[in-house]
Amino acid sequence: MIKDITIGQYFTGHSPLHRMDPRVKLLLTIAYVVALFLTNSFWGYLLAGAFLLFCYALAKIKIKVILRSLKPVIPLVIFTGVLNMFFVTGEPIWEFWVFHITWEGLRFAAVMSVRIVCLIAGTSLLTYTTSPIALTDGLERLLAPLSKLHFPAHELAMMMTITLRFIPTLVEETDKIMAAQKSRGADIDSGGLMKRVKSLIPILIPLFVSSFRRADELALAMECRCYQGGEGRTRMKQLRLRLVDGGAVLCMAAVVAGCILLNYL
Amino acid sequence: MSAPVIETRGLGYVYNPGLPTEKVALQDVNLQIERGEFVGVIGQTGSGKSTLIQQLNGLLRPTSGQVLIDGEDIWQDKEQLRKFRFKVGLCFQYPEYQLFEESVYKDISFGPKNMGLSQGEVDARVRDAARFVGLGEEMLDKSPFELSGGQKRRVAIAGVLAMDPEVLILDEPTAGLDPRGRDMILGQIKAYHAEKGNTVLLVSHSMEDVAKFATKVLVLNDTGVLLYGTVDEVFSRAEEIRAIGLGIPQITQVFRALRQRGYPVSDTVYTVAQAKEEILRLLAERGAAR
Repeated sequence: MIKDITIGQYFTGHSPLHRMDPRVKLLLTIAYVVALFLTNSFWGYLLAGAFLLFCYALAKIKIKVILRSLKPVIPLVIFTGVLNMFFVTGEPIWEFWVFHITWEGLRFAAVMSVRIVCLIAGTSLLTYTTSPIALTDGLERLLAPLSKLHFPAHELAMMMTITLRFIPTLVEETDKIMAAQKSRGADIDSGGLMKRVKSLIPILIPLFVSSFRRADELALAMECRCYQGGEGRTRMKQLRLRLVDGGAVLCMAAVVAGCILLNYL
Repeated sequence: MSAPVIETRGLGYVYNPGLPTEKVALQDVNLQIERGEFVGVIGQTGSGKSTLIQQLNGLLRPTSGQVLIDGEDIWQDKEQLRKFRFKVGLCFQYPEYQLFEESVYKDISFGPKNMGLSQGEVDARVRDAARFVGLGEEMLDKSPFELSGGQKRRVAIAGVLAMDPEVLILDEPTAGLDPRGRDMILGQIKAYHAEKGNTVLLVSHSMEDVAKFATKVLVLNDTGVLLYGTVDEVFSRAEEIRAIGLGIPQITQVFRALRQRGYPVSDTVYTVAQAKEEILRLLAERGAAR
């Protein structure tokens, strides 16, 4: 049922990628995405792709997992590919009525497809190897300088942490409420669109009510433990840069440089 | 002889088959429950109680074996499944979290309306169900969200009763209620059973409640049925029950201890009321002997 859906799945492990500082991982992921859009040559993409495969191997994550994470974006890849194939102007290689495929179009379609695939696979690797808590922690630290400009970095991170924490709880709750309403004869899986939308009401209303109740309870529990925002808060797990982070930064620097330089070959 | 109202044949259920999290919840459960019984279902957490009751109205599909209601396999025809949901009314733990309508009346009528009953019939069902759980007329127009916890609980139970199911299954209907609310709900369920004469399954952690209300006891342990029989039959096997981490009613323990010390008392005393009778009987006998 709903339980099968996984969002931002994390695989526990002890690989160098797992041990990296989440801040560094976040920044390097951004660097990788930028590199993907800067590069323009076949060899550049090959380098980017090979580096990604290397990282997956290092993190001991199976190819099957990558393919599964790519499944939802396949329509998008095909759509952009086909669109680019037909609508980029240039030297035509095949023409029929108003359709014409150009050499440039074909090339651009391939480039866009590879970009999207690498983009998804690369950013997925971040969530595969970083626990949600570490991720929000890293994000908070990265955004911390902005709090001088009254940007609510800590609040944002706390909200993300709570959201991630409560996804499984809400999924479980939804399952329970669905079972209860089905027991009263609610017909959720059949009927036209309007009927289906209507049949969601008996599920969504109790879910909203219990979410608000949970939020109230959580707020109370946090206040009872003297939570008063981010100011002066210390952490149990200090983020520290280590050797592995330095190595990763060097590797990524090489890849980005390679991607750019290969454009000029 | 008519078919038992609930029957399972070799019923098994496995969660997440084929995944690392695979877990056998039920294995080869063969059970026959006759019409009109009040069955107390006991078992430790994780013994498959919740899984079993969700099989009985087709919320979970058995991974092996069959569930028969009135002699019919409920999974024979998927289109007919809803029919069995109305026949077997299932009320979950903390059912008050399923309330959603703007008035108590509308919420109770959700089940009967889904059954496709006429307006008049729905109205009769709602009022009947509200009467069973002791909700007055003036309550019906209120929003379920402004009621107290105990009242919400009773509204939710009424929502299941209003379907007038042949089998009523209640999963710990008194969890989290104060003693008064607990006695009230159990009393109402008992009265409902007495008046309607249908089958009731009550999942409970309280041996006292089971002994007081049930005619039969079903003991589940680790994926299967350990014991199923009358209250006397089951509680006379105290050692087996204790071995799986459950107990027998406290008052029964007291009387068994008295017997061990040589007092000629019955060891089938399950309630305080019975205990009082038994002690009075004993005192009267002693008095006569003197």
